[in-house]
Amino acid sequence: MTERRDLLVALAGQQNAGKSTLFNALTGARQHVANYPGVTVDKKYGQYGDTEGRVRIVDLPGTYGLTSFSLEERVARDFLIQERPDVVVNVVDGSNLRRSLHLTLQLQEMELPLVLALNMMDVAAGRGLEIDPQRLAARLDVPVIPTVGRRSEGREALRAAIRARACDHRKTAAAVDYGELEPAIGALVEHATITPELAAVPARWLALKLLEDDAQAQRQLRERLPAPQAEALLQEAARRRGDFETQARLDVADHLATCRDQTVGQLLAGVVERREDRPRTTLTERIDRVVLNRIAAPAFLVLTVFLIYQVAIVWGYELTNYTWPLLAGMRELVAGVLPDAGFLVDPYTRALGLWLVDSANTLLNYVPIFLILFALIAVLEDSGYMARIAFILDKVLHRFGLHGQSTLPFILAGVFAGGCAVPGVMATKGIPDNRARMATILTVPFMNCLAKVPLYTLLLGIFFVEHKALMMFYISTMTIIFALLVAKLLTRTVLRGEETSPFVMELPAYHLPTLGGVLRRAIDRTWLYIKKVGTIVIAVAVVVFTLLHLPGLSDARMADFEERGRAAVSSFEQAMAGNAYDWVATAEHITPLLNYYNDYKRAKLNASGAEGSRAVKARFERRNPDYFPLVAPPKGDRDARQASRELRKLSSARKSLRREMREERITSSILGIIGRGMEPVTRFAGFDWKINVALLSSFAARESSVATLGVLFQQDEDQNATLEQRMGEETRAGGATALTAVAVILFFALYPPCLATTVMVKVQTGSYKWMLFSIVFPTLLGLGVASAVYSIGVATGSSGIEMMSWTYFGALALLLLLGLFTGPGRRRPVALTTAPEHG
Amino acid sequence: MPNRPNCPHRTLNDMRPGHRARIRRHHARGAVRQRLMDLGLMPNVEVVLVRSAPLNDPIELKLEATNVTLRRQEAATIEVGDDD
Ligand SMILES: Nc1nc2c(ncn2[C@@H]2O[C@H](COP(=O)(O)OP(=O)(O)O)[C@@H](O)[C@H]2O)c(=O)[nH]1
Ligand SMILES: [Mg+2]
Repeated sequence: MTERRDLLVALAGQQNAGKSTLFNALTGARQHVANYPGVTVDKKYGQYGDTEGRVRIVDLPGTYGLTSFSLEERVARDFLIQERPDVVVNVVDGSNLRRSLHLTLQLQEMELPLVLALNMMDVAAGRGLEIDPQRLAARLDVPVIPTVGRRSEGREALRAAIRARACDHRKTAAAVDYGELEPAIGALVEHATITPELAAVPARWLALKLLEDDAQAQRQLRERLPAPQAEALLQEAARRRGDFETQARLDVADHLATCRDQTVGQLLAGVVERREDRPRTTLTERIDRVVLNRIAAPAFLVLTVFLIYQVAIVWGYELTNYTWPLLAGMRELVAGVLPDAGFLVDPYTRALGLWLVDSANTLLNYVPIFLILFALIAVLEDSGYMARIAFILDKVLHRFGLHGQSTLPFILAGVFAGGCAVPGVMATKGIPDNRARMATILTVPFMNCLAKVPLYTLLLGIFFVEHKALMMFYISTMTIIFALLVAKLLTRTVLRGEETSPFVMELPAYHLPTLGGVLRRAIDRTWLYIKKVGTIVIAVAVVVFTLLHLPGLSDARMADFEERGRAAVSSFEQAMAGNAYDWVATAEHITPLLNYYNDYKRAKLNASGAEGSRAVKARFERRNPDYFPLVAPPKGDRDARQASRELRKLSSARKSLRREMREERITSSILGIIGRGMEPVTRFAGFDWKINVALLSSFAARESSVATLGVLFQQDEDQNATLEQRMGEETRAGGATALTAVAVILFFALYPPCLATTVMVKVQTGSYKWMLFSIVFPTLLGLGVASAVYSIGVATGSSGIEMMSWTYFGALALLLLLGLFTGPGRRRPVALTTAPEHG
Repeated sequence: MPNRPNCPHRTLNDMRPGHRARIRRHHARGAVRQRLMDLGLMPNVEVVLVRSAPLNDPIELKLEATNVTLRRQEAATIEVGDDD
């Protein structure tokens, strides 16, 4: 009787019961991550086929119960009620059955067709627990399949049980006896069963939820029933709840929990036996005795963070040296496909195409770092140490309105040096306290993202040669000081009204993470990063490109440049007169030859070793044997040597013309005009329009700040100075000092998140309002701080390093003051219909 | 603090490391109470205070099969019986 071939199956269970592991085991690689509509909880679904048909599986978020308090629980519950899956696999932790079965009983009350996956059987055995699945199955009237998720043990049995359960339409009897509440439940059930609109809702479950005063069940009732009918039912529930609570002097919710707990106790009697044959200090306890030791704990924590930094950031960065040539090769490939460059002006498709590839490459360049970072984070999470980090740091973070679980986002975003705010904001998902979560989202961008580092390095190289180390120390520790101060400020002001919830969580037993699980997570998250950030970066790159190119040079200026271009060409033609290769000095050959020459030079630069160099030569000789002697003159060919020299001259004349054009174009571009327009305000912080343009374009992606500065402070061809030297000279000539640099650094540290991050802020907060706030607030703050420091510095005649020290220690003093003398902020509990204090 | 009862009861917050006690009742309400119950901190359950965090707050409790951590603020809302 297999009338339904394709099935919808949901995996439900508590956090860390092994849902995702079983999900992966069941579905293999065929899976997909999406979001539940309107919320930011991941919805993972996948599928497999069995002999009867297709089985679609959804991995529900981990829930302890099915109350509507937390987002995850709400999502899980809505899914179960609205989608009515054909089978619900309740994954339970076999080593902790007592707590797990509360959820099982609630699922049963929802009249869902259950299969119980008794997972972690290996852990249970290791703890000396003997479990009798048959007896449990008989008592619950639910098929029970023992599994070991990480070894895929029990997978086939589970698949068979899912299929069998779907074909079986028996209803299981109510398992829990609620004693004195039963009359009230019975009355409401009767009321519900005679109401046709409620036919689809499990009656007993609805009755319980209404008696419990559950806001979401009440809303559902109002949606399904006409108002008078709904109100009548709600009133009856309220009356019965009141009667019970005055009589029993007990909260209904408490009573339900206690009854369920009793039932669980009865269910487990004789099902779980404990072999008390060995000393019961588990390995986890022994590890924790060291790792959570009052003195050793901070040391372990620092060591862990340092290791993450060293492995992911430092070594990961070295790895990018090997991956960068791949990206550079890709650029060459694209450059080859796009229309060729013109003598002075390139076709727009080429300019934009290369611009896009460059923008994408800056992003993709970080992929090795992210893979490692995400893998390490997955190890921390799976092993159980992440929860310990929250345990150690909660006190400090809580003082400033944050949460123990804010640590992970901060680490990802780069507490000390190098990270990325995008995964940082992404990782705030797990923080249960909404106010702390918001504060974390809004302060994570203050961390040192990898892309801020080049600008710091540049400025330190120009202005703080003697104080480089000290400045670097200030910069890398200032971030956390600022983040804590801002978190405090925000929780006391704009976030005051947000919901908070307590820090209550499980410290799971230590697990050895599996390679597959860690890799899968690292790849999943990296891919998500590429997808989410990639699309944004490309879109923004187009906008910035446009703003930098429009309105473009005036016709008069253009004519002037063209005139100079012609002059350069004609002097090339003159020099080539009488040369054996003079055939190249014609209009049809000059530009292609120059492009060929440039491509060749670039290829030689990228080639490594003598062999690579030979390969490049061979390739270019094949590409155009006629041009080749001009870029690599054969020995003894004097004409070729001379022609090559002339070619180099022409090329450099062309380059400097193009550069001049670019500078003029940027100066008169929309972005340039905006930068100038901002000077009256940014003057107080000491920023001129060039710095403004750099900061504006860094909003698209931080990397571009240094690139834009590079364009703005460009050199003439014969002058072979580094950007540091050029910028140093020019800005010093313009009256800029180390003080300006300090202002820029402070502004950059507090600067709004890059666009990719703000988009992630939108995703995580679910509101454009907060996204806008995350841009405007740091801008004002950064400008305020930079202006104050700059102006005070100018007024008192202090040097840059002095002002930096004052700022740093001022902020530190404020931090200590706030940390020591203020509490964690008033608790504002979740808005609930709470029962009166004493029943 | 609205969650705190007026009469002085012994609570989880008053326990010292290594001590064992049985939970009597909750004084927290709503979501907080639910969360505590979800994690197994139910009336009649026996708990051992394992340790407090390096900065004294939060605390770690051992229940039957799991270890749970919570802040002292919440611990103070859970009334316990005498050591046994
Ligand atoms: N020893 C053991 N570990 C498991 C088992 N199933 C899952 N795990 C581990 O338990 C941790 C949590 O599993 P996960 O699937 O993420 O749980 P979820 O929160 O329910 O999705 C991971 O480190 C898994 O590798 C099992 O049967 N035995
Ligand atoms: Mg999971």
